[in-house]
Amino acid sequence: MTNAMTNFEAAAPELLIAIFAMLLLLLGVFRGNSATRFVTWLAVGTLIVAGIIAIPMSGGYVLAFNNLFVVDTFAVFAKLLIVIAAALALILSMPFNARAGIDQFEFPVLILLSVLGMMMMVSANDLISLYIGLELQSLALYIIAAIRRDSLRSSEAGLKYFVLGALSSGILLYGMSMIYGFAGTTSFIGLAEVFSGSDGAAATPSIGVILGIVFVAAGLAFKVSAVPFHMWTPDVYEGAPTPVTAFFASAPKIAAMALFVRVMLEPFGELFVQWQQVIWAISVASMILGALAAISQTNIKRLMAYSSIGHMGYALVGLAAGSEAGAQGILLYLTIYLFMNLGTFGIILSMCRQGRMVENIGDLAGLSRTNPKMALAMGVMMFSMAGIPPLAGFFGKLYVFLAAIQSELYVLAVIGLLTSVVSAFYYLRIVKLMYFDEPAEAFDQPVGREISGIVTVTTVITVVFLIFLQPVLNFAGQAAASLFAA
Amino acid sequence: MSSFPFLSLTIFLPLVGVAFLLTIRGTDEIVARNSRWVALWTSLATFLISLLLWLNFEAGTADFQFVDRVEWLPAFNIAYHVGLDGISLFFVLLSTFLTPICVLASWTAISSRVREYMIAFLVLETMMVGTFAALDFVLFYVFFEGVLIPMFIIIGVWGGPRRVYSAFKFFLFTLTGSVLLLAALLAMIFEAGTSDVPTLIATSFPAQMQTWLWLALFASFAVKMPMWPVHTWLPDAHVEAPTAGSVILAGVLLKMGGYGFLRFSIPMLPIASEQFTPLIFALSVIAVIYTSLVALAQEDMKKLIAYSSVAHMGFVTIGIFTATMQGLQGGVFQMLSHGVVSAALFLCVGVVYDRMHSREIAHYGGLVERMPKYAFVFMVFMLASVGLPGTSGFVGEALVMFGAFQANTWVALLAATGIVLGAAYMLYLYRRVIFGKLEKDHLKGILDLDPREVAIFAPLVILVFWMGIWPQPFLDLMDASLANLLQNYQEALAAADVTKVAGAVAGK
Repeated sequence: MTNAMTNFEAAAPELLIAIFAMLLLLLGVFRGNSATRFVTWLAVGTLIVAGIIAIPMSGGYVLAFNNLFVVDTFAVFAKLLIVIAAALALILSMPFNARAGIDQFEFPVLILLSVLGMMMMVSANDLISLYIGLELQSLALYIIAAIRRDSLRSSEAGLKYFVLGALSSGILLYGMSMIYGFAGTTSFIGLAEVFSGSDGAAATPSIGVILGIVFVAAGLAFKVSAVPFHMWTPDVYEGAPTPVTAFFASAPKIAAMALFVRVMLEPFGELFVQWQQVIWAISVASMILGALAAISQTNIKRLMAYSSIGHMGYALVGLAAGSEAGAQGILLYLTIYLFMNLGTFGIILSMCRQGRMVENIGDLAGLSRTNPKMALAMGVMMFSMAGIPPLAGFFGKLYVFLAAIQSELYVLAVIGLLTSVVSAFYYLRIVKLMYFDEPAEAFDQPVGREISGIVTVTTVITVVFLIFLQPVLNFAGQAAASLFAA
Repeated sequence: MSSFPFLSLTIFLPLVGVAFLLTIRGTDEIVARNSRWVALWTSLATFLISLLLWLNFEAGTADFQFVDRVEWLPAFNIAYHVGLDGISLFFVLLSTFLTPICVLASWTAISSRVREYMIAFLVLETMMVGTFAALDFVLFYVFFEGVLIPMFIIIGVWGGPRRVYSAFKFFLFTLTGSVLLLAALLAMIFEAGTSDVPTLIATSFPAQMQTWLWLALFASFAVKMPMWPVHTWLPDAHVEAPTAGSVILAGVLLKMGGYGFLRFSIPMLPIASEQFTPLIFALSVIAVIYTSLVALAQEDMKKLIAYSSVAHMGFVTIGIFTATMQGLQGGVFQMLSHGVVSAALFLCVGVVYDRMHSREIAHYGGLVERMPKYAFVFMVFMLASVGLPGTSGFVGEALVMFGAFQANTWVALLAATGIVLGAAYMLYLYRRVIFGKLEKDHLKGILDLDPREVAIFAPLVILVFWMGIWPQPFLDLMDASLANLLQNYQEALAAADVTKVAGAVAGK
């Protein structure tokens, strides 16, 4: 399996994106910012093609590049989510960027590069390839966060993200070096073999390995912004331009969570008992903080930051379960989260008065009178995020908690369910503002074809998701199974 | 019994109406008028189809009828599975019966955002019918929780001055109970390997597990019911909701708790149900007496009726948990009767509220002079609520008392004092609002019921007398299911006793 052909076939989507990122960069350099729109659509096309190329790879198990790179159903599933999220976020960004004067051709190119990093992350089969993917992704994201150079807040967000991101990378790297030191390999397959060794290593791993795992978990928790490594999230979400925030909240979160799941379950799967409490604790802390801290927010982007912290807490419930059902639940949760999140950010992007963005929750007051369709879409998103059936968000929660109960994590399940009641409060507050309160000034209309299109699509998906639940669930089930078959 | 999916049609027909409502174009005036008619015709058509269910329903069998089953999530044996038995049939009918009445009652009272209002009601109807028809626990939960969304909107948008507080309180109270139900539901899926209700009923859960599951289910159903001390959301929600919202809340939503006990707690968790019967009795007796006393002191008509609902639901829980045939019949019948009577009482309040925009009892007096028809209608429902023989309320209360005497004399005695108090507060209310001299100037011009209002009340009055004078058609249809429920319950308890004795013997 080491011949060159297999290598390139396995990495075809990544190679495609890498090549097109270069080509689009050249195109942009030659044509200047006037070609941004064209470049953006080309980037969207690239993402779609990369996704289509990736689909037939599901069901297989291919190792490439000397076992550094793995393509299994799990990786394909995560890649599809990443590609969809990035494509939708790119389309969402176009009207905003044009209006805000940041329609630089670098933006789609950087997004493509970060997507490349993310796809590497979810296909990583070695601590080194993991790190390379993660850094490629992060470096592109740091720049995107600060892409509005003349805005103090955007630059601050970029800097903050960079400093804290570098710190977390350092922690991760430190943990990886410890694991290498104690296990003697960086390959996931090798690590799994070491820990399941018949010499009883699995029963009592050395303290260095445990410390290493905790450091790795901390570094990855940073990336998914789980408590207590969440501090950067609200500031970066608030400071970055809104389309960038929409992107941050979707694709990188999905990639990092998928990576988290793979790292914990594949190389360290045998040490489940050792790390379960760690995941349990950060999951509970994220759910509680996400629910409580969001209540007092007045800025909608900060609110969404805390909401995403909470959502990551729910997804981690599936990881704490440490089972196939748990991994399946996480993938389902991420799928649903993607659509809810991008739909909500589409609406936030249309909160615009006299050409200026407004971000206060209070600005949504009376939206049901001034723009009933938008209010309906936002209402659907909020009820869905609160996990009220029959909307999509409920099924995401249902499956992670199902996995938790199956693994007999009753306390975790009950805490999670109760925090979902608390978080329902702030989601309902937005519904209340839109439907119960007297109208504030109307937002600018029309909001742009791209945005209204995406909002419509994501809303419809959120409402009728229960009909398509079975195929998605099946696919997620196969993906989870591929993780355990390895 | 045809293979045509009448039941699924009943569940989803209101959503077809919603689709129509969304397509209406034109000025606000046209949209409002067309929305009313579309909603009325949709809900009437749904009611007619549900009548077909009643006519084709076979008495004498405890099997589920009109069953539709479509695989949904085969991995966990979760399916779209609906069907009716003698218990759920009448709750479905109650839902479809009250919805057109609600639409009519809101005809003039709701003048802003009529389209949204009618959409909310039709969605609510789908959720209500689905809740009672679901034969899959997950599907039940989806409908049961789905009710919250339209109800939250109805209270919050078209409600009174404190509507926001009440809507949140309603939503969060119910949600808190429901998530615990969800936890129990997930645990039951793993124990039994499916969420199919008939299979779950046939599964015997370990006694230790039953206790926890029962408490989780209880948290949800007790809030919905509502039982003392988690009833406090109800008066707020009732007072602030628009008239039709109160009607649905009292008429149907409160029944979901009792239905939950009958469908899930007792048949699935018999050992725990028996174990917790004293708790239910205690809470119910407190509810009956305490809320009756509270009702006596109310100044607001809707609040008074809301508290009376809590008291009446106390009778229902007593009846259900006596685990006697009469008690069960009484519990179900009392729920149906209360569904009609309390709905009608809220409509009565709505009539004067539409005219005077006040629910204060002190605001009225001597209405009989100007509104004889209204006084008559109000009297019928007031007496039905008190439980006068010949009205539906009497049958339910009498059966519950028969059951309660067999189970526990003290409970029966204390519950009976509740009946006396019930008569006191209702008669006191009636005296203050209807009788006396019409002295208040603002009431001098008040008008009696118009034809639309007569059309609303006529079916309700007929139903109250029908259920009171000749209840047998209703009881006949539910008997087989209730007898089956009771038999399974007693067999499960007997089996548990045998294992306990065997365990004790083995222990020695």
